[in-house]
Amino acid sequence: MLKRTPLFPAYARYGAKTIEFGGWEMPVQFSSIKEEHEAVRTRAGLFDVSHMGEIAVRGRGSLAFLQKLMTNDVAKLRPGRAQYALMCNENGGTVDDLLIYQKGEDDYLLVVNAANTENDFAWLSEHAEGDVELEDVSAETAQLALQGPAAERVLQTLTDFDLTALRPFSFADGVEVAGMKALVSRTGYTGEDGFELYCRAEDAAALWEAILDAGARDGVLPCGLGARDTLRFEACLPLYGQELSTAISPIEAGLGFAVKTEKEPPFIGQAVLKRQKEEGPPRRLIGIEMIDRGIPRHGYVVFADGEEVGFVTTGTQSPTLKKNIGLALVKAEVAAIGREVEVDIRGKRLKANIVPIPFYRRAK
Amino acid sequence: MNTPKELRYTKEHEWVRVEGEHVRIGITDYAQSELGDIVFVELPEVGAQLKANEPFGSVESVKTVSELYAPVSGTVVEVNEALNDHPEYVNESPYEKAWMIVVKPSDTREIDQLLTAEQYEAMVTEG
Repeated sequence: MLKRTPLFPAYARYGAKTIEFGGWEMPVQFSSIKEEHEAVRTRAGLFDVSHMGEIAVRGRGSLAFLQKLMTNDVAKLRPGRAQYALMCNENGGTVDDLLIYQKGEDDYLLVVNAANTENDFAWLSEHAEGDVELEDVSAETAQLALQGPAAERVLQTLTDFDLTALRPFSFADGVEVAGMKALVSRTGYTGEDGFELYCRAEDAAALWEAILDAGARDGVLPCGLGARDTLRFEACLPLYGQELSTAISPIEAGLGFAVKTEKEPPFIGQAVLKRQKEEGPPRRLIGIEMIDRGIPRHGYVVFADGEEVGFVTTGTQSPTLKKNIGLALVKAEVAAIGREVEVDIRGKRLKANIVPIPFYRRAK
Repeated sequence: MNTPKELRYTKEHEWVRVEGEHVRIGITDYAQSELGDIVFVELPEVGAQLKANEPFGSVESVKTVSELYAPVSGTVVEVNEALNDHPEYVNESPYEKAWMIVVKPSDTREIDQLLTAEQYEAMVTEG
């Protein structure tokens, strides 16, 4: 039986088509992936991402504990700030990528990938020591993401809290939005400005409706995971299971900015990742753009000079750029911008160029 | 769901229109709606030999790739080149602008084995 978010009963009213994703029955689209994608790039879109896992970490040993597991420097966080980080195993493979919210002293909230929640909780529990209390609060927590250039304007109509005060990767807890309490965070997974709102599961449907009503004039659309995927892909934000896995390190995936290899004591996997940072990783994540007619897809094999050199992690026709593009993990020695490679698309070797990433970066 | 009565259908969601000794082939309204925004259509060349129930091309939506299956065996005599530049026709006009190929069947009895509109609708509705 697939799990459902508190918003599931509302999906049908908005025309959702649902799919299985990480054990959840989630909307893949409401109107059309292309329309929803465009709404987020030019206006705003509202996503139900309540499937994401939330794990509370509390207690006086929290910081030392998180420093041991997280690739980023958690000591740099302050209450009201969020940080992107990864957890790795001893080999430098990625256990998960996540956001860490510092809510107060010795009070953190980890937001993890839905399909990894149980595994992450087990991994965290296994390594917990000292005064550290872990609590999986996923079930009682809903998450909505309002993303796009109009997000601030729309959300501001529903709250007295001054949203301009929230810088990227900042958040405020207990904010009243449309009469409901939410943690409002200036973060997202689309490459646009926007907010992620965490609220009680029982408030999710009312908050969803209030935001869509407030955004109707601005053309805010309900959006599904299909558009979320194409949006994050154009911005080259990794998806666990595709760009990241226990067999792929964050350095290979190009996430060195979130990996601090001088931490003392070191985090789990630090020695391997430090070496990869200094000597270069064996593989690198690259962008490809098809020269021949064809669309690269997850798992397709990449060749250079007739030799297999890697595989496509994500690919589609970019709705913004209208180009057939992909991300691929290839042997480091072939990862040069401008180099020609071939992608095996259902038995045909089709030409592509290695191009710079991200494919899309929003104008400041 | 739009399922024209005069057409025949496959379980794999292709439609077939008999035009004299040729058949015109495309995918159904139901199929395009399930696939979502079509961004790419790959079709065989004129002269290609098709075998019934075997793949002859593919359609790709933003999200996924789907094979196209030949409703009948025969020779491809015409291909809708317009779909190269306008794959969105599959969403907009699945039975008219987005016909995909015209085939000269090698065994017209295969046409009689295809689903009727009623049978196709029943299959889709019953899931």
